[in-house]
Amino acid sequence: MTTAVSAGPRRLAINQLKDQKPLDAAAVDEFLDSHDVPIVEGSRCTFLFRGEADEVHVAQRIVGLADLLPLRRLWGTDLWYLVLELPEGSRVDYQLEIRRGEHVERINDPLNHDLSHSPVGSSSVCFAHGYETPEWTLPDPEARQGDLVEMTVPSRALGRDCPVTLYLPARFRRTTTYPLLVVHDGPDFLQYAAAKTVLDNLIHRLDVAETVVAFLHPQERLTEYANSTAHSRFVSDELVPRLEADLPLMGKPSGRCLLGSSFGGVASLSAAVKSPTTYGSLILMSGSFVFTDIGAADHGGGPVFDPVVKFVNKYRARPTHVADRVFVSCGVFEPLIVPNRSMVPTFESAGMTVRYVEARDGHSWENWRDRLRDALSWIYPGPQKFVYE
Amino acid sequence: MSREVVLLGSQRRPSVQHVVRDLDPHARIATVTAGWREREPDDAEMNEILGGRAVNLSLHARWQDLLEKDRDYAVAEREHDAALEELRQLYLTQLDHALGATYEIAGGKEGRPRFRDRVLADALELVRMADEQHLVRVREAHLEFYDAWQPQARPLLAAHREQVREILQSATAVVIAGGHVGELVRVLHLFHVEPHLPGLVVAWSAGAMALTERVVLFHDYVPHGVAQTEVMGEGLGLLSDLVPLPDARRRLRVNDPVRMSVLARRFAPARCLVLDDGVRVRLTAGGLPAEARVVDHEGRITQVEAA
Repeated sequence: MTTAVSAGPRRLAINQLKDQKPLDAAAVDEFLDSHDVPIVEGSRCTFLFRGEADEVHVAQRIVGLADLLPLRRLWGTDLWYLVLELPEGSRVDYQLEIRRGEHVERINDPLNHDLSHSPVGSSSVCFAHGYETPEWTLPDPEARQGDLVEMTVPSRALGRDCPVTLYLPARFRRTTTYPLLVVHDGPDFLQYAAAKTVLDNLIHRLDVAETVVAFLHPQERLTEYANSTAHSRFVSDELVPRLEADLPLMGKPSGRCLLGSSFGGVASLSAAVKSPTTYGSLILMSGSFVFTDIGAADHGGGPVFDPVVKFVNKYRARPTHVADRVFVSCGVFEPLIVPNRSMVPTFESAGMTVRYVEARDGHSWENWRDRLRDALSWIYPGPQKFVYE
Repeated sequence: MSREVVLLGSQRRPSVQHVVRDLDPHARIATVTAGWREREPDDAEMNEILGGRAVNLSLHARWQDLLEKDRDYAVAEREHDAALEELRQLYLTQLDHALGATYEIAGGKEGRPRFRDRVLADALELVRMADEQHLVRVREAHLEFYDAWQPQARPLLAAHREQVREILQSATAVVIAGGHVGELVRVLHLFHVEPHLPGLVVAWSAGAMALTERVVLFHDYVPHGVAQTEVMGEGLGLLSDLVPLPDARRRLRVNDPVRMSVLARRFAPARCLVLDDGVRVRLTAGGLPAEARVVDHEGRITQVEAA
């Protein structure tokens, strides 16, 4: 697990700086110019801040670690530092909290240009030793491009016209039948989780079957995705039938999958619970499955979680079979890791086949992006086994 | 007619030209690149390698033409595919358990070997039974489909079949490239290719698999773990007791003797033939040549004469 450590036996860059004479502003300038921040040296990562302040903290939400980790001021300079030991392959989202007198502000790390994105905004990200952005998430000129098509589905259930972005795989043909994937938080998955690039690449590499994907655009996300009957009716009774009427889709449970992360995970499970024979599979990434074992009031998630806790508590009390296969993933640094781990035996007890994947990551679109290959290749495996060039 | 069959490893570095080198320079060579699917027409390089003598049977294009113009048949075929996929998923569920148990028993290190050997033989028998039953069910499904839809009586298909027959009759050899083995086998059956094959058949990768009695699919390296080796269905039946393994070293855990041994024993008496890059196997009436490499019952890749 992640721990705050004193500078270890190896000569860390920050320790070399400490010994430098004179240790003046020019030395700090040179030091910062010659290092990427945070400085990653083996398992140790040095976080830095430069400026006048009374206190500086790294603010993060790694389970088991204090939310605020103090930086120390390097004597005689305006440089602050903290050395953290991070497990191999970790990605840690963080911000800096700076106190000047009574004024406290939380900002992304000005010395680090790498950002991570989550449903609650952006933060800085530290890539620990061993983390590599999967190459299948990056544009591949060899991969044939699918198309994104905008459509509108009028919804009586939601009382509005719902925009949907449709992904049609390359070589889309009406003489073929395709499985359908419905993705909650569609624009964010497309923008921050590189969903189109990932689909193009994984389909091109035969890891994933040619799939039609409907990216949903929420309007009132925290309401629509928190076990809303209206949203479930829109997805199961309006959207899916419309798509199956218009497109060459398989039109049966094994060819229907709902995907969602965070609140979108709740929305996916909720829609499947309300329509238990419609979907063959679910992909639930870092689902906000907050629950209480005794009482429902003290869940700690605030009012927006009230309907979620009620729903999850009810489901956990009487788990039902709502899909044949459920892919569950969560970052081990997320506060949601415990609820997600707890849902695995709950789903299994209802007779569903569960594939559970953890990563040394947080509650971010990049975490969910990096899990897409595991998820999609299991739910809709590609024709790799059929192709022998 | 006596027929000669030559199987090749994948053609990343082409070697097919050596096989057809001695043919009459004016002889026509029919080619099948339907496994490449929509890339079927991209065969200029292959035609050049074959000395400009190639005539592509265009089986994929013919199939697409049929689906476009005979909508009833297209819908029926889609339904048929869905039924086959259902059968496959049920079979894979069965296999998952049966093969899992077989690997566990085969990999056991404790206890009395004589007990383990007997139980392993039983476990393998269950896997073989699942394979056999699946093959029968797929065959029945195809027969039912062909009975119901009588493709041979559909004018457009009949016309395509006739054109394919004419090309094949004028050809000295046929070259069948790799690609998607499912779609390749489908169109080879649909356009009735087998009865009209010329005296020399050269095939690689999926093409080699399509010539067998039963097509075996395998891939030990998929993103979510290991995919189970499965029987897809019947090929053209030109080759019996043979399971070609194209790209075996890239696709199989060849260093796992348990898995490899189970593979070889599961399909015995058929030989699991390794078709890696550069391999050329000329099949004669006597079967595999002595130098061909196969998987033996201990899971090692070895020459036929040593297996």
